Amino acid sequence: MSKLITRRSVMAAGAVGAVGTLTTLPISMVRLAFGGTRDDFTFTYISDAHIQQIKGASFVRNWDQGLKRAVAEANLMTPESDFVMFGGDLAQLGKREELDHGGEILSRLKGKLYCVMGEHDYYFDLGEYWSKLYGPHYYSFDHKGVHFVVLNSILTSDEWTFRRWPSAEQRMLEMAGLDNPNGSPFMVGDKQRAWLKQDLAKVSTDTPLVVFSHSPLQKIYKGWNFWTDDAEDVQALLAPYKSANVVYGHVHQIQYNQIGNIAFNSVMSTAWPWPYPQSYAQADSHIPVLTVPMNRADPFFERDATGWQLIDVGSGRVAARYQLWDNEPRTVAFDQKLGRPVDLAYQEPTRRKVPQTHY
Amino acid sequence: MAKRMMIHAAVLALAGLVGTVLAEAGGDAFPLGLPPVPVPADNPQTPEKVSLGSKLFHDKRFSGDGTIACANCHADDKAFTDGPLKTSQGIGKQAGTRNAPTVVNAAYFTSMFWDGRAASLEDQSQHPFLNPIEMGLPSHEPILKIVREDPAYAQAFKKVFGKSGKDITMEEVKKAIASFERIVVSGDSPFDKWYFGHDANALSEPAKRGFEVFLGQGRCVSCHVIEQNQAIFTDNRFHNIGVGINRIQPEVPKLASEFLKAKQAGASVDKTVLTDPKTSELGRFAVTARFDEVGAFKTSTLRNVAVTGPYMHDGSLKTLKDVVKHYNQGGKSEGDPSINEYLSGGIRPLNLTEQQMDDLVVFMEALTSPAYFGANTKASAQQ
Repeated sequence: MSKLITRRSVMAAGAVGAVGTLTTLPISMVRLAFGGTRDDFTFTYISDAHIQQIKGASFVRNWDQGLKRAVAEANLMTPESDFVMFGGDLAQLGKREELDHGGEILSRLKGKLYCVMGEHDYYFDLGEYWSKLYGPHYYSFDHKGVHFVVLNSILTSDEWTFRRWPSAEQRMLEMAGLDNPNGSPFMVGDKQRAWLKQDLAKVSTDTPLVVFSHSPLQKIYKGWNFWTDDAEDVQALLAPYKSANVVYGHVHQIQYNQIGNIAFNSVMSTAWPWPYPQSYAQADSHIPVLTVPMNRADPFFERDATGWQLIDVGSGRVAARYQLWDNEPRTVAFDQKLGRPVDLAYQEPTRRKVPQTHY
Repeated sequence: MAKRMMIHAAVLALAGLVGTVLAEAGGDAFPLGLPPVPVPADNPQTPEKVSLGSKLFHDKRFSGDGTIACANCHADDKAFTDGPLKTSQGIGKQAGTRNAPTVVNAAYFTSMFWDGRAASLEDQSQHPFLNPIEMGLPSHEPILKIVREDPAYAQAFKKVFGKSGKDITMEEVKKAIASFERIVVSGDSPFDKWYFGHDANALSEPAKRGFEVFLGQGRCVSCHVIEQNQAIFTDNRFHNIGVGINRIQPEVPKLASEFLKAKQAGASVDKTVLTDPKTSELGRFAVTARFDEVGAFKTSTLRNVAVTGPYMHDGSLKTLKDVVKHYNQGGKSEGDPSINEYLSGGIRPLNLTEQQMDDLVVFMEALTSPAYFGANTKASAQQ
């Protein structure tokens, strides 16, 4: 443990390492070697807060506490990270009160905040209030030689969105449900893909690309909408880019994948893990009812299996440093030799699951 | 010679320690409710080593002004604490930042100090000598001079370690002190008699109800662990339960950043956390620099808790009822502006009734071992 103490005390200075080196330091500045003239840098990623109103000014304490803790810890970073992404699902049922309460907590963050739309933010008023707080539903920006794109990837068919449900509340509840036969798969949609094509036309294929999305931009598991219906079409637009990276929320767990040139990394939720054991859904926890529970250790510590992350960008590739409460930190970094993301701390060669290369 | 270990009352002069039972080589009773004491392979227990350790533990000469021994803050007649002091007093009556934990059953901890910065009893023993707030020696040399030259010590070190003169180092001193501390273990409380000894009458009705709260709505047992055939009442982990840090929340980012800068420049954690009360609140973070451990402190044992107040790392909670109220409010006491953002996920409001809280206190009072009944009488509500 003493080795870790020495290494971890490097907060003010930086420790140089290359993407793919064995390190799980949560706060040392893992400066990744970046070929060429660009900077390597780090940004903060907080996601899936699910702020939930019980009644009036009373909100679910558990989810509030998770977001507050992520914000407080992110603010401890010295030097400050370059900007903060919020990965979607700030609210649970898309209510103004929830967006405002969550927004108030997020406003305590130092540095510039960019937000991604989540389905829990969207399906009540189709993102109208969200836009007032956070701007366009999809957009792009450039930072230190990297082109960043934010997509709204939780859209679904017009029929389901506009004509299926008698009220906005009902629509939101249906989309918020899990294993819901009334649900509908996520997509980016024609309009946005056309916008993306035109946005990327100005970006050379040598430029590193990082795409933020709430849904995975892959097809992983339809029952929980770990799914983007037009994933292949979106991937086709990203495929020409030498270093394309997708960072997504929604799944509340660590996932990573490689499809062609595109590396995929998920982020954790600050609210609850997924899947979660039956005990979470007992008496009064406010968590949506899950029909496919999984066994894991008793979650006496309500922050267990939740967390936030620091994303390092270097050599055009992404390393996700997961800050996991009540747990050891984990890092999933791009291995240049293997050409895909690798879990640096956890994967033993004999137990390694080779990433899926086609979905 | 029989391997049975006996404490020489004359050597140890510990009234009330006579009841402490030590393990025979043949595996006879260690105290009811306790597991075997972990003993490192390189520091086996012998009666002579224990006696030597006790002598060192009680020796005031190992301090800057000759007034403070380990036993000043860990006093034999106060269950090895210094109640009613909230935080301990070192040489020159200086006030420190932290409450002296009891040595009783400390042998079961896997790290020492409130923030676990020492890995063993041996390691822990060397630091207070050098801390300017505690015993304030400039180095360990004055200790080594005494143990090498004082005839009684010289003879003891020769007998125990086969070493003399310059061969006596702090390694031997630390081992002897740790060895003594390993016999300061105590079980056989009313709770032990009832739970492990199956004596249905050993516990009062309120205490039995309190035990139900401890296991259930109180959520205590998850960190203050009870196992099937022993109970050390600690998980040996670190948790932020909202003591102290609640009152300095806006200052935490600055404190954390400055502390780490200082630590990187070579400042000693031991010195810094005991001299600055605000930095002390960083807790385990000061040792590991993990965000997850801001304001986290080691779970104390609850054995003898009724006689080892006041409570928490800063001694800020005076009575056990204060402690229970703090937990009941989800990690917050009277006067705290709010719960803190780094609070452990295990802490939440408990919604206990007044009766449940009182019963929980009565249960905790039943965790006192016979050797310590009546110790530290100001803080205890003893049977």
